[in-house]
Amino acid sequence: MLEVKNLQKSYEKDKPALTDISFNIKPGTFVAIIGPSGAGKTTILRSLNQLIKDDDGQIILDGKDIRTANKEQLRKFRRQIGMVFQNYNLVERLTVIENVLHGRLGYKSTLAGVFGKYTQEEKEEAMSLLKKVGLENFALKRCSELSGGQKQRVGIARSLIQHPKVILCDEPIASLDPASAQNVMELLKRLTDEYNLICIANLHQINMAKKYADQIIGIRKGHLVFDEDADLLSEDILRTLYDQDITKELE
Amino acid sequence: MQSPTNFLKHKGWHQTAIIAIIGGIYVFASWILSFDNLAGFTAIPRAFAWLGVNFKPTSSSMEFLPKIWQKLIQTVLLAISSTVVASAISIFIALLGSKVTGINGTVQTIVRGIASFFRNIPLVAWSMILLFSFKQSDFTGFLALLLLSIGYLIRAFMEIIEDEASETMLALKATGASYFQVIFQAVLPQILPSILSWILYTIENNVRDATLVGILTGTGIGFIFDVYFKSFRYDAAGMTVLAIIIVVIALETISNQIRRVIL
Repeated sequence: MLEVKNLQKSYEKDKPALTDISFNIKPGTFVAIIGPSGAGKTTILRSLNQLIKDDDGQIILDGKDIRTANKEQLRKFRRQIGMVFQNYNLVERLTVIENVLHGRLGYKSTLAGVFGKYTQEEKEEAMSLLKKVGLENFALKRCSELSGGQKQRVGIARSLIQHPKVILCDEPIASLDPASAQNVMELLKRLTDEYNLICIANLHQINMAKKYADQIIGIRKGHLVFDEDADLLSEDILRTLYDQDITKELE
Repeated sequence: MQSPTNFLKHKGWHQTAIIAIIGGIYVFASWILSFDNLAGFTAIPRAFAWLGVNFKPTSSSMEFLPKIWQKLIQTVLLAISSTVVASAISIFIALLGSKVTGINGTVQTIVRGIASFFRNIPLVAWSMILLFSFKQSDFTGFLALLLLSIGYLIRAFMEIIEDEASETMLALKATGASYFQVIFQAVLPQILPSILSWILYTIENNVRDATLVGILTGTGIGFIFDVYFKSFRYDAAGMTVLAIIIVVIALETISNQIRRVIL
C-alpha cells in the first residue's frame, strides 16, 4: 500500500509546483498520472523515490515514511522502488545483461558492486527476466545496438530484478513508435498483475491511460483534480484538466 | 511587434555592421602598429624560399639522425607519461567537481578555479617558473606539461561527465546503488570512449608542446633543435623539424585508428 499525504513542493518561493497532493494506491494497481506539461507529474513521480526532495507531506510505503528515512534507510527504500525512464537511461556501452544486473546493486556491498561481482542466482534471474520481456537472445548485445522499444524492455527488466513493490515510469512510451508503445504498456500491465506491483506511469496519451490503467490521477497546475477508477474519467474532467476540448484526440 | 520583413531587414543590417566593425578594428590596429600589410604578405613567399634553401636537410645532416631519433623518442615518452599521469589525476578531480557527480557547490567552484588557474598560465610561463625549482632536466618539462594538461583535462572530463553520464547516474541512484557503485558501474563505463579520445588528443598536443618546453628547459628534441639552430647547422635543424612532423603525423594516424575502434 502506497499512501501519499499532503505532498508539497515549490522550486521557487511562492510558486508552488505541487499543492496538497494526496492519494492511495493498492498493490496490483496500474496507475496513470495525466495532465498538461508542467503540471507537476514528474515532480510527483520523483518525490516518490526522493530523487527530488519535496518540502512537506508524507509518503508512506507499507507503513513506513520514506521522507524521514536517513541515507541508509533511503537506499533500502529505493531498492524496493524500480524506475523506468523516457530515455531508458541505460549504460549504452555495456551489454544488456550487465544493465539488467545493475538493478541488484542496491542489495550488494559497496565493494562487490564496484567490481560488478554478481552471484550465480542473480545472473540466472537476469536471464529469466530477459526471457520474460522477450529479449533472451539479446543478453550479450550492447545496448546501443537495440531499438527504442527493446531498450525500454531492458529498463523494465532492470527494475524487476530489484524485486520491487513499486515501479515508477516517467513517460515510458513518449519516445517510442505506436507499436512498441503498445508492447511496453501491455508488458507493464501484465507485470503489475503477475507480481502484484504498484505501477505508476506518467502519460501524455490519454487513450493509453484509459486502455491500460486501473486508476487515473489527474494533475493540473500542481493540484490534484481527479483520482478515481479509470472508467470514471469523463470528457468533462478532461476539459477541466487540459483547459480545452481534446476529446477529438480520443477517437 | 515588428513584422517579419522588418525583422529580417534589421538582422541584415546587424550582420553588415558587425563585419564593418571587425574590419575597422583591423585597420585601426595596423595603423597603431604602423604595420605594412602589403610588405607583410609579400614577405611570406621570401620567408618560405629562405626556409627551403637553408633548412633543407643534406646528405651531411644524416649523421645527426641517430641523435635526433634518440631525443625524439625521449620527447614522445615524456609527452605520453605526462599525459597519463595528468589523466589519472584529472579524472579523480573531475569526478569531485562535476555538477553530476560532485560533492557540493563549494568543491565544484574550487575545482573549476584550480582547472582554470592551471590552464590560463601559459606553457612558457610554467616552464620558466619550474626551471627555477627543478633546473634543466626532463622532470621540469614533465611537470610543465603535466600542470597544463591537468588544467585542460579537468575541464574536458567534467563536461563529458555532465553531458554523458547524468541520465544513467540518475537511473542507478534510483535503484538504491551507493555512490561508488554508481561511479564504477555507470559513470566510468559510459564516459570511457570520450575520455580516451581526449587522452589521445592530449598526447598529440603534448608531443608538439614538448618541443617548445625542450627549448626552454634544455631537454629533449627542443634542446637539440635549439643547439643546431644557434650553431648555424640549419640543415640539421631542418632535419629535426622534419622528424618532429613525421612523428606527430604518425601519432595522429595511430590515434585516429584507435578512436575508430573504440568509438
